[in-house]
Amino acid sequence: MKKRVVITGLGIAAPNGVSIPEFEESLRSGKSGITFHQELKDLNFNCQIGGKPEISESKLNDYFTPLQLRGLKSSGIVYGVISGTDAWKDAGLKISNQDSPDWDSGIIFGTGILGVDKFREAIHLIDAGKTRRLGSTSVIQTMASGISAYLGGILGCGNQVTTNSSACTTGTEALLMGYERIKAGKARRMLVGSCSDRGPYVWGGFDAMRILPGNYNENPQSASGPLSSHASGFVPGSGAGALVLESLDSALERGVKIYAEVLGGEVNSGGQRAEGSMTAANNEAVQRCIKGALKNSNILSSEIDTINGHLTATSKDSVEIANWVKALNLTSDFPYINSLKGMTGHCLSASGSIECVASVLEVSKGFIFPNINCEEIHPEILDLISEKSIPRKTIEKPIKVLAKASFGFGDVNAVVLFKKYN
Amino acid sequence: MTDKTILEKIKAIVTPYVQRKEGLDDFNDQTDFLTDLKINSANLVDVILDVEDEFNIEIDNTSMEGMLTAGDAKRIILAKIEN
Repeated sequence: MKKRVVITGLGIAAPNGVSIPEFEESLRSGKSGITFHQELKDLNFNCQIGGKPEISESKLNDYFTPLQLRGLKSSGIVYGVISGTDAWKDAGLKISNQDSPDWDSGIIFGTGILGVDKFREAIHLIDAGKTRRLGSTSVIQTMASGISAYLGGILGCGNQVTTNSSACTTGTEALLMGYERIKAGKARRMLVGSCSDRGPYVWGGFDAMRILPGNYNENPQSASGPLSSHASGFVPGSGAGALVLESLDSALERGVKIYAEVLGGEVNSGGQRAEGSMTAANNEAVQRCIKGALKNSNILSSEIDTINGHLTATSKDSVEIANWVKALNLTSDFPYINSLKGMTGHCLSASGSIECVASVLEVSKGFIFPNINCEEIHPEILDLISEKSIPRKTIEKPIKVLAKASFGFGDVNAVVLFKKYN
Repeated sequence: MTDKTILEKIKAIVTPYVQRKEGLDDFNDQTDFLTDLKINSANLVDVILDVEDEFNIEIDNTSMEGMLTAGDAKRIILAKIEN
């Protein structure tokens, strides 16, 4: 018997909110977290703006011991631990100090690259012949699985504890991996999510590819406009999102609140064939991923109330819309669609989980957050779907089914379906 | 620098790494970093680096291996300072 899987806890460290209430408020009011960074200007970046969560010193002390804070330079670990610990507590779960770990709880927490600032420090020391000065935390802050390892130790999880990595699909993929594990009865609870470091050493490669906008340095909050006529490059972001997935049986037994049900999903790859490449999606693969997610969830396309797209604010947004239209086989009755990246920028490996948290809040609270910086919709998109499918103001509306997609470099795709739990 | 001053400095250096705080109550030459203070063995390299910074000395790997108690640390530091 396959287990039903529900979401019982949420945590967030996003550029526009570092707690669930603050993040929800930002979603509803369309608040941007994009700011100008003098550091990027000093380093001659073309794009000198980005999104990073604001974390105060006192907040760090709430999540890390003084010893953990010594030499802590991995921003991904900071964001991941804050969001993961918050999600755990939000689900009403305790942090036990017993010798025996919680065998029924696991973690799948992904990242693209971890601890770049720590790694930079290590490289400078090594190149100066001072390898012995690295100390003990260079490895644990820069190994990709550092984030799941930190969380695993803080929370005392005894089920599978691992880190996945699939570029900008990472967070959504982590959620589906955790879902599969619970569905198969191998775990009762899985903390899933992803994080992405901030700053020039993560963002520089994208700047060099000339895919970030350089003409909004004076006007950062207007830069990221998914679906808009001025979408010309994504704004880099950072942060983390976390969700506690739990078997419905376990959630009911514990008597905790249920944000939404995970109906199912699909992951695939376009094999970098046809129009697919290292950096672009194969359209057939995207459509198959969407259709597969619907089939696995036993949902018809007409049942989808709203979509949270990948939609990064590049000229490719219209290609994604065309893929949705073809996959769902809907035009005039196309559902609502929005993108969080107008407010947060593209949080890279954290984007999937941050956007899943936003999507689950929409389902749970019954609203659709607005597409910001989209005063004028791209004409190619208006050829495909109606303007009324693209909300520019918050819509208060009960949502039964939401589809969330993430696509990533390497031509990889993930789509998940969330449903209101009654 | 007196033995007592050095011992006090060692105590201040190891304190952030100590997982068994009671072990600090009676801090003396016999205090064992791993068994009495429950310092994670991986953190011993950090203790060494902090000692090096505090006393402006360099502790080689051989000396480091013999540094299991506060007394060991004190002797190694004294020898290095005298050099």
